[in-house]
Amino acid sequence: MDHRENKDRRLLLWFFAVATAVKLLLIPSYRSTDFEVHRNWLAITHSLPLTRWYFDETSQWTLDYPPFFAYFERFLSVFARLVDPRIVDLQLGIDYGAESVIYFQRISVIVSDLCLLYGVYRLTRKLETMKRNLICALVIWSPGLLIVDHIHFQYNGFLLGWLLLSISFLQEGRDLLGGFLFAVLLCFKHLFAVAAPVYFVYLLRHYCWSVLVTGFRRLVTVGAVVVAVFVAAYGPFIYHGQIQQVISRMFPFGRGLCHAYWAPNFWVFYIILDKGLAFLLRKFGFDIQIPSASFTGGLVGNSSPFAVLPQITPLTTLALVLLAISPCLVKAWKKTHPGRVARWIAYAYTCGFLFGWHVHEKASLHFTIPLAIVAVQSVEDAKHYFLVSIVSCYSLFPLLYEPQEYPIKVLLLLLHSMVMWLGFTAQYADNKAQKKESGEIKSKFKIGCFEKCYLMGLFIVEMVSQFLHPYFLGDKYPFIPLMLISTYCTVGIMYSWIWQLRRILILT
Amino acid sequence: MPKKKPVKHSGDDDIAAPVSSQTGSSIDTLWWWLTHKGTTTSFLCISLFALLIRSAVSMYPYSGAGTPPKFGDFEAQRHWMEITTNLPVIDWYRNGTNNDLTYWGLDYPPLTAYQSYIHGVLLKIFNPESVALLSSRGHESYLGKLLMRWTVLSSDALIFFPAALFFVLVYHRNRTRSSKSEVAWHIAMILLNPCLILIDHGHFQYNCISLRLTLGAIAAVLCGSEVLTFGLFSLALSHKQLVIACWSNSVPVTSWSYCLVLSTSQMSAYFAPAFFSHLLGKCLRRRNPILAVVKLGIAVIATFVIVWWPYLHSLDDFLMVLSRLAPFERGIYEDYVANFWCTTSILIKWKKLFTTQSLKSISLAATILASLPSMVQQILSPSNEGFLYGLLNSSMAFYLFSFQVHEKSILMPFLSATLLALKLPDHFIHLTYYALFSMFPLLCRDKLLIPYLTLSFLFTIIYHSPGNQPVQKTKASIFSFKNFPGYVFLLRTHFFISIVLHVLYLTIQPPQKYPFLLEALIMILCFSYFVLFGFYTNYTQWTLSRHFRSSGKEKKHI
Repeated sequence: MDHRENKDRRLLLWFFAVATAVKLLLIPSYRSTDFEVHRNWLAITHSLPLTRWYFDETSQWTLDYPPFFAYFERFLSVFARLVDPRIVDLQLGIDYGAESVIYFQRISVIVSDLCLLYGVYRLTRKLETMKRNLICALVIWSPGLLIVDHIHFQYNGFLLGWLLLSISFLQEGRDLLGGFLFAVLLCFKHLFAVAAPVYFVYLLRHYCWSVLVTGFRRLVTVGAVVVAVFVAAYGPFIYHGQIQQVISRMFPFGRGLCHAYWAPNFWVFYIILDKGLAFLLRKFGFDIQIPSASFTGGLVGNSSPFAVLPQITPLTTLALVLLAISPCLVKAWKKTHPGRVARWIAYAYTCGFLFGWHVHEKASLHFTIPLAIVAVQSVEDAKHYFLVSIVSCYSLFPLLYEPQEYPIKVLLLLLHSMVMWLGFTAQYADNKAQKKESGEIKSKFKIGCFEKCYLMGLFIVEMVSQFLHPYFLGDKYPFIPLMLISTYCTVGIMYSWIWQLRRILILT
Repeated sequence: MPKKKPVKHSGDDDIAAPVSSQTGSSIDTLWWWLTHKGTTTSFLCISLFALLIRSAVSMYPYSGAGTPPKFGDFEAQRHWMEITTNLPVIDWYRNGTNNDLTYWGLDYPPLTAYQSYIHGVLLKIFNPESVALLSSRGHESYLGKLLMRWTVLSSDALIFFPAALFFVLVYHRNRTRSSKSEVAWHIAMILLNPCLILIDHGHFQYNCISLRLTLGAIAAVLCGSEVLTFGLFSLALSHKQLVIACWSNSVPVTSWSYCLVLSTSQMSAYFAPAFFSHLLGKCLRRRNPILAVVKLGIAVIATFVIVWWPYLHSLDDFLMVLSRLAPFERGIYEDYVANFWCTTSILIKWKKLFTTQSLKSISLAATILASLPSMVQQILSPSNEGFLYGLLNSSMAFYLFSFQVHEKSILMPFLSATLLALKLPDHFIHLTYYALFSMFPLLCRDKLLIPYLTLSFLFTIIYHSPGNQPVQKTKASIFSFKNFPGYVFLLRTHFFISIVLHVLYLTIQPPQKYPFLLEALIMILCFSYFVLFGFYTNYTQWTLSRHFRSSGKEKKHI
C-alpha cells in the first residue's frame, strides 16, 4: 500500500512537472488587461495603507476582489519589490511591461498552482489508481486553466485548489474544516459564493442535524468559524467604517447583465429572443424603440437594453439562480451523502454560470474542474464531462484573439479531447468483452451520435467565425463570430445543466 | 495540454518495472491508456503535445531578432524566400544587382531553394511586404514572424512527423519484445527532442525537412527498399549539405565520376558512409551484385538530375551552384564548436600551420578514417541494428573531424542516437544533455535561455516518466563501459563541471583577455564527452555482430 502510495505521488508530481514546463514555455504569450489589473493591485496593496486600498483610483483597474485576495497580493508584493521596485510603484508602474514584471507575475501564478496540486492530491488520495490518475490529468492539465491562468492571466488555479481542498474535507466527513476552507475561499473571490447554498444545506443537514444539544453546539461552531473568517477578512474595513465602499467595489452591478463578450449562458437566448421579437414586431408595424444601450457595442449602461422583453435586474438573476439550485438543495437535504458533494457544488456553479449577473466566460472553470471529479464515477458522467469540458474550453477561445496563440489554443483543446477520450476508453474498458486473440479492447465509453454531431458543429462554427466570416464579410458585423460562438456553446452548456439536474434527481 | 497521461490499469504493482522487462504484456503498464488504441493513436496524441511545445517555443525570439545589419538565420531564410520568389531560378545562385551574394547569399542545395520558394509564395499571399525584393531586408513584424514560424511548424508537422511515424512503425514491426509503452516512450523521445525543437523553432531553421528525408530513408532501409532509400536520401542531401565541412570530401570535382561513393559524399552528408556501406554490404550479398549496384546508381543519379535540373543546362551554371555550396573560405571551423579541429586549435593553430587546401585534405582523411570502422563493419555484416549504429558513428565522425562544422550539426549524430534510444538509454540522455550544452552559448545569444532550461527539464522528466524506465538498461550494460573502473566517476565529474559552467556562463563576465574563455571550456567538455561516446558506439557496433551470433536473436540477413 505504501509502495503504491509513493508511486502515485511520484506520478502526480510528474503530471505537475510536465504542466509546469508547458506553463513556463507560455510565459511570452499574450497577456490580457488582467495582467495589468493584478500588477496594479500589487502596487496598491504595497504602497498604500489598508484604509485606502478600496478607495484608490490612480489606475482604472481598481481593487474589486475581497480582502483576502488583497492580502495575498500584499504578500506577493513583498517579493515583487525585491525583484523590481518599479512593479509596485503606483504611478511609474502603470502599464509596465519589462521582463522583470512579466516573469515575476507569470511565475507567481505557476507557483500558486501548487495549491491546486495539493487540492488534487488530497482529493484523490483515497481513490483507486486509475481514477486518481484520470482526475489528476483532467484537472492539472485542464486546457481551460492553462488558457485563463497562464495565457490570459488570472489566479484561478490557486482558488480552485482551495475549492478542491474544501471538497476533499467534506468527502472525508470533516465538515467543519471543509466549511472553514470554503469561507476562506469566499473571502478570496466572492464569485465562488454561488455554491454557498449547497454548503449551507449540506453542513446543516450532515454536520448539525443530530440530537438537539449536539446539533445546536455544532451549529454554533460552524457559525463561529464562518464569522471568524469573515471578521479576519473584513474586520479591518469594518473598523475603519469602509465596509460599504468595499461591498460596492465587489459588486459592481452597474456593469450590466452581460460581459462585453457574452458568456455562453441563458441570457444569450434572452437577448436573441428580444432582438428577434423586436425585429418581427417592427415588421408588423409596431413602433419599437431601439434601445440606446446595445449589447453588441460592448458597453452597457443602466438603461434597459431590451426592446420588448422586460428588463432583467440583478435581483431577478439571483432569484433565478436560487430557483435553479433549489432541486439540488432539496436533494441534498433528503439524501445527504458526502460522495455527492462535488456533484452538487458543480451543479450550483453551473446554475450560477447560466443565470448569473454579468458572468464572465472564465467562470465556466468553476464547474468544469469539480465535474472532473464526478466524471470518473460512471460512464454516463464521463460522457457528459467529455462534452461539457470541450464546450467550456471552446467558449474560452475568444479570450485569445491574437493570431500568435491560435495554434496553441487549438492544440490545447485537441490534446485535451484526445487524452480524455483515451483515458475514458481505457478506464471504462469492457474487460469481459475483450477478445484475447485480437487484443482489441471494447470500451463502454462511446460518444453518442447526437453528441458527435454537436462537437462536429463546433468545428464548423470555428471555421465560419475564423475563416469564412473575415473572408466574405471582412470587417463588417464584427460581433457575428462572437455571437455565433456563444450561442452555440450555450446550447451545450444548457444541455449540460439539464443533464446534471436530471442526474442529481435520479441518483438515490 | 497533457502529454501522456499514465494511467495504470489494474491497481497494484504498476508497470513493467525495469527489472521485470519480460512481462511485456501491455495491460498492466502505466501507459496502457495511451497505447491501448495502437501505435498510431498514441503517436497522434504525443505529436499533438509535441506540436504544442513547438508552437509555445516559437513565441520566443529568433536568432538575430532586432540586431541589424546582418540579423541572423531567420533573416537568412527570409532573404532566400525573397530571392526565390522574385528572381528566375537560374539567378538564385548568381550574384547580381538584385541578388547580393554577400548578404546571406543562397548557399544550400537546390531543394532548400525550392522549399524557400514554396514558403515564400505562401508569405507573399498573406504578407507581401515581408518578401518584397530589396525593400524587405531586415523585415521584422508581428505577422512576418508569425508566418515564418508557421512555415516551420507546418513543415515539421507535415514532413517530420509522418517520417517519424513511418520509422517507428517499421522499427518496432520486428521487435515483438518491445512493449507498447516502450514504443510510446520512443516516440516521445523522437518528437520531443529538445535540440531539434530549439534549433528549428527557437533559433529558426528548417532542419526538420532534411532530417525528415533522412529519417524516411532510414526507415526505408529498415523496410528493405533500397531504391526508395536512395531517392529519399539524395533528396535529403540536396536539401542541405548537412554540413558544409563534408564538402572537403568532394574536393576534387574530377572524382565526381567516382560513382556512388562520391555522388553521395559530393553532396556530403553525415550519414552518407553509413548508407553507402550498409547498402553496398547488402548488395554484395545479392545473387547479382552488379545489377543491384547499378540500380542504386540509377536511382541516385535520377534523383539528382531531377532536383538539379534547372542548373544542368550549362556547365557554368552547375559549377557556379557548386561553388556556392562549398564556402571553403570560411575556414576549417567557426565560433566554438565542440569538434576536433576547434578544440585542438587551442594547442595547435591549424589555421596558421596549414593552408586551407591542405586542411581540406587532412580533414577529409581524418573523417574517413574515423568513419572507416563502422563502414567496414557494415560492409562485412550488414544488419538493421548495425546500420543504425553505423549512422550514429559516421555522423559523429563527420561532426568531429570534417571541415567547417557548425554547432547545429550535432543534430545529425543526435538524430541517429535518438533512433537508438531504446538500445542505449543511459548514453542517450547523456548525449542529449551534452548536445544541448554544446549549443548553450548559441541559444543564450538568441535569448532562448528559458526554453533551453524548460525543454531540458521537460525532456528529462519524460525520459524518466514513472513506471517506464528504459527497459534495456540492464541488458545494455552487459557490454558497456560501465564495468570500466572510473567511468561513472568520470561522467559525474563531467556533469558537475557542466553545471558549474552553466552557472558561470550566466553570471560571470569573462576576463578581458579571454572573452571566449567560457565558450572554450564548454567546447572542451562537450568534445571530450563526444569522443567518449564515439568510442563507445563504435565498440558497440563491432560487438553487435558477435552478440547476435552468439545469442542468435536477430537475423543478420534481410
